[in-house]
Amino acid sequence: MSLMSAEALYAGYGGVDILRNLHLRVEADEIVVIIGPNGAGKSTAMKAMFGLVPIRSGAVSYRGETITNQPAERMVSRGIAYVPQEANVFPSLSVVENLELGAYVLRGPNGPRMERVFEIFPRLKERRHQQAGVMSGGERQMVAMGRALMVEPTLLMLDEPTAGLSPRLIDETFERIRGINQLGIGVLMVEQNARQALAAADRGYVLATGENRYEDTGPALLANPEVAEMFLGG
Amino acid sequence: MIEIIQLLINGILLGSILALGAVGATMIFGVLRFAHFAHGDFMAIGAYFALTVVTVFNLPVLAALPVAMLLTGGLAILIDQVVYRRIRRVQPVILLIASFATALVLRSFIQMVWGSSNQVYQVGIQLPWRIGPFTLKPDHLLIFAAAAGLVLIVHLFLSRTRMGKAMRAMSDNMDLALVTGIPANRVIMWTWAIGGALAAAAGVFLGMDTRLHPVMGWTLLLPIFAATILGGIGRPYGAILGGLVIGCAMELSTLVIPGAYKPAVAFAIMVATLVFRPQGIIKGNA
Ligand SMILES: Nc1ncnc2c1ncn2[C@@H]1O[C@H](COP(=O)(O)OP(=O)(O)OP(=O)(O)O)[C@@H](O)[C@H]1O
Ligand SMILES: [Mg+2]
Repeated sequence: MSLMSAEALYAGYGGVDILRNLHLRVEADEIVVIIGPNGAGKSTAMKAMFGLVPIRSGAVSYRGETITNQPAERMVSRGIAYVPQEANVFPSLSVVENLELGAYVLRGPNGPRMERVFEIFPRLKERRHQQAGVMSGGERQMVAMGRALMVEPTLLMLDEPTAGLSPRLIDETFERIRGINQLGIGVLMVEQNARQALAAADRGYVLATGENRYEDTGPALLANPEVAEMFLGG
Repeated sequence: MIEIIQLLINGILLGSILALGAVGATMIFGVLRFAHFAHGDFMAIGAYFALTVVTVFNLPVLAALPVAMLLTGGLAILIDQVVYRRIRRVQPVILLIASFATALVLRSFIQMVWGSSNQVYQVGIQLPWRIGPFTLKPDHLLIFAAAAGLVLIVHLFLSRTRMGKAMRAMSDNMDLALVTGIPANRVIMWTWAIGGALAAAAGVFLGMDTRLHPVMGWTLLLPIFAATILGGIGRPYGAILGGLVIGCAMELSTLVIPGAYKPAVAFAIMVATLVFRPQGIIKGNA
């Protein structure tokens, strides 16, 4: 049984289908990457699976349970955490407050959860009283991921976690994501830095115009000449 | 010089009243994204609730204050559930117009129940204290102290409690609050409760300082919006500062222009802020 899967999704905004017959799945211990050109529907696919874009037909399931079109609150309570592509921190709140809110749906003390996040992102501990809005792009991405990790998810959905980062920070981010995955957290991410993302991933999907184009292991997609020519810039 | 200091004292008094109204209005804007035109009338009805408690139970005004705050907070939640909640998903301008209608209904209700003539909490004249060349009424000190206390409570709520942080988060980034699993409806109810309660306090203090009449809140709506905008829309701490600045500016303006133009001063500051510094006077994202 997959951790999360999407079957034959048709979804979009205001009656226009952006996703057409989309299939996706993530196994419990996997890192899965979605790549594809701008406007391919990658973000829409993530949002639809997380219940933020209405699904017209098809089904999303989580550990065998159907969760199609459920409100975000339920998704989070189940252990699915989602980090949007843009505006993914609370700018006027401090790092600590951003993290605390990440665990809003959970009861019990936040201290131990926060310590675990600080172990993954020591930089956040140093800057824990800083307002998130004034931090650098790299630090903001850490806050965003940290916020999502606070809910102790079993699946982490990341929309372009390396967007706008320097090459060094990009490497570091993929390193971190692998570390998070090794804690037993499944990762589904959309990436523009396709080569590096595929290298870090177990499996990948290539999306174009809202449809599946290719699906394979990371290394196989990297080695596929068609994928390389059309989607990885030769 | 003496005159200026006296006007500043009056300004801070007016400013604390404006600040209490503005904090609620700015939080409602932050969470629900519309200018709440019935906020002044929340103030008025709060003041009249206190009047009833004072006359029926023969209590001092400050003892009636918590009751008025509770009732007005409850009324705000009720109005939200009955009126605003249904139209929340449509355009904000519809909400704005609905709040305008709510304001008229509340005012008529006040006139029906309490009449439209001026009323006071306490008959008789309070002897002002003379401190050197300055005068200060005992009531003024009470108002300062109570307003400061309420601001402190709001601060502790916003900075220490789970719900307070969720409220700030929603006003910061609604979409992210949603995907984080913050329950929007609960936060909205709390926002109304607090906004209504603070408006009631502002109304009671205004009634203590001057007198009660059905349009007492409506006439302060413009300065309250001016304070909200000056402090940066959606920012509670900015609204407190904005209230104090507008209050002082309105009082000090009587040095150079007739007192009848006080609201015009608030309006001028509001327009100037919108033109030159629409994000408000406070730097950063606070
Ligand atoms: N809120 C929206 N309302 C209407 N159409 C939208 C909305 N968001 C995205 N779209 C449209 O849906 C299509 C897919 O957008 P989406 O954001 O999913 O692409 P993407 O693959 O994530 O692109 P990018 O690489 O630029 O992030 C685009 O044509 C876009 O214009
Ligand atoms: Mg996208």
